[in-house]
Amino acid sequence: MTRTKWIAAAAIGTLLMAGSAAAADKKTVAVSIPAADHGWTAGVVYHAQAAAKEINAAFPDVEVIVKTSPSATAQVSALEDLSAGRKLDALVILPQTSEELTMPVKAVKDSGAFITVVDRGLNDPAIQDLYVAGDNIAVGKNTAKFLVEKLGGKGNLVVLRGIPTVIDDERIKGFQDGIAGSDLKILDIQYANWNSDEAFKLMQDYLAKYPQIDAVWANDDDMLLGVLEAVKESGRTDIKFALGGNGMKDIVKKVIDGDAMTPVETPYPPSMIKTAIYMTVANLVGHAPVRGTVKLDAPLITQANAAEFYFPDSPF
Amino acid sequence: MSTVTQSAPSRRPRDFAFSWADAGPFLALAALLVIGFLVNPDFLSVTNLSNVITRSAFIAIIAVGATFVISSGGLDLSVGSMAAFITGITILFMNAMAPSWGAWAIPAGMVVALMTGLACGLANGVIVTVGKIEPFIATLGTMGIFRALITYMSDGGTIPIDRTLREAYRPVYFGTVGGIPIPILVSLAVAAIASFILYKTKYGRKCAAAGANEDVARYSGISIVRTRTIAYVVQGACVAIAAICYVPRLGAATPTTGVLWELQVITAVVIGGTALRGGKGHIWGTVAGAVILELIANLMVLSDFVSEYLVAAVQGVIIIIAMLIQRFSK
Repeated sequence: MTRTKWIAAAAIGTLLMAGSAAAADKKTVAVSIPAADHGWTAGVVYHAQAAAKEINAAFPDVEVIVKTSPSATAQVSALEDLSAGRKLDALVILPQTSEELTMPVKAVKDSGAFITVVDRGLNDPAIQDLYVAGDNIAVGKNTAKFLVEKLGGKGNLVVLRGIPTVIDDERIKGFQDGIAGSDLKILDIQYANWNSDEAFKLMQDYLAKYPQIDAVWANDDDMLLGVLEAVKESGRTDIKFALGGNGMKDIVKKVIDGDAMTPVETPYPPSMIKTAIYMTVANLVGHAPVRGTVKLDAPLITQANAAEFYFPDSPF
Repeated sequence: MSTVTQSAPSRRPRDFAFSWADAGPFLALAALLVIGFLVNPDFLSVTNLSNVITRSAFIAIIAVGATFVISSGGLDLSVGSMAAFITGITILFMNAMAPSWGAWAIPAGMVVALMTGLACGLANGVIVTVGKIEPFIATLGTMGIFRALITYMSDGGTIPIDRTLREAYRPVYFGTVGGIPIPILVSLAVAAIASFILYKTKYGRKCAAAGANEDVARYSGISIVRTRTIAYVVQGACVAIAAICYVPRLGAATPTTGVLWELQVITAVVIGGTALRGGKGHIWGTVAGAVILELIANLMVLSDFVSEYLVAAVQGVIIIIAMLIQRFSK
């Protein structure tokens, strides 16, 4: 029994080696991303797989391999597995954590691969050849500017923030900078952990506590869904705007439909992984130099430009 | 059988005399209401209290089931993931049936939810009892399985309920009967039935006996396997009922639905006066425990003393104080 297994394993191994030898002239681009465990990462997986499919079809001599990992440790192992069997020409990585992934990515770089880092930076920026990220400060700031303008610079706000992280801090800081100098007042700000249920409860509590709220900002769209349900249920009419951020398709759809309470949205798009993969491949096959830092802006999504940010087939 | 005859007389005085142990969670609840009123008079407004108690209904209903499991000497860590999984299955079923059955898809979906809950509970129970695996480990395993299944079913995103069903289903969470929100009525009904089973039937006594002392219970002719398995099935049914009330609230299941509910549920049971190591269960105490947890969270938002960074710490302190009030009122 054991012997047959070994023979089978050896046979499969030979086949695999033969396969990789035949494909040796292909350029390999490995994409390592977190597994889909909530809306945003689900969007990342969707866009990465879409990019891989499109590029593999368009460029026969490029192979894009997408690998998802549920944790930082798993991602380190995935990097080892990806680079063990073949030579990588490029690695596009959205690291689970900066600390744990820095050295493993450096090892891949030392083997001669082009390194593209997306969203979360590594501890040593010298490792990356290309860095693609969104602008969390702009997510907060552009939302704040819209509210200042629409409320005539005066009014009461409540804010729901996510999980204590750099991303959350930057969005809140951008928002506070954006309303600075106006008479908009943040009545309250509490954590709701980027979770719709907790946001629903928190919004009910805000509504019970404050008789006059002009606008609500939830710094993520999952939370905004809970907020909208709580506002709808309360029957309150003082709330003029309830805004989110991230670019979830349900919310972008509201913008397209001209919703009165949520007329705008700010993107922190999971499609940035697709931007990064395309740029990396451009460098490999098109002799288009792409080294550097690309910061995707977070422009206000309005009815006019919403179609650009709407992905009805994406899970997010 | 001797355990049954033993436990009957020891229970009798409690039916007539006032018991501090049973009253403990309610004293803590009353104290919390007074403190809340002093902090912010809006706390006792009808809208606020009705919001908070309605919100606590999910945890209360699941915790009633957990009272059976814990009382019988088990533990179930999978309830939060199970709630998400049942929610997902229910919504997918309702959406699939909506085009042909219309609004009838909703009651049919409720039946599916209940069947799924019973099956999940049975699976947990059989793994723990027949498989003889520590409840902590067994349900940690199924917790991962249920969570992965909901993530898989939703591709990591959201499973929203069909728009045509949304309005018809909404009243199950947002509706009222005689001014009382439906989830509150459901949780009261669940608790009433559960306390009848736990206090007035033979099974209830077997449950407490199995949790109090497994060996003695076995020598008394009680089947530990059957008693504990039934407790897990009851837990599954309770999770399904909670899921049925949950679906219309946000109208969607996501991979983050029900995250950490298991810890809230266990905390509610213990605040309610049931010992984590098993023995006599306190159904109404559990319900009070669930309301206490939700009130504390509500109070944190309504008060202005606590920095947003320290909310969790203050909640921890209040829970420990509530437990101490109980300990010393015994």
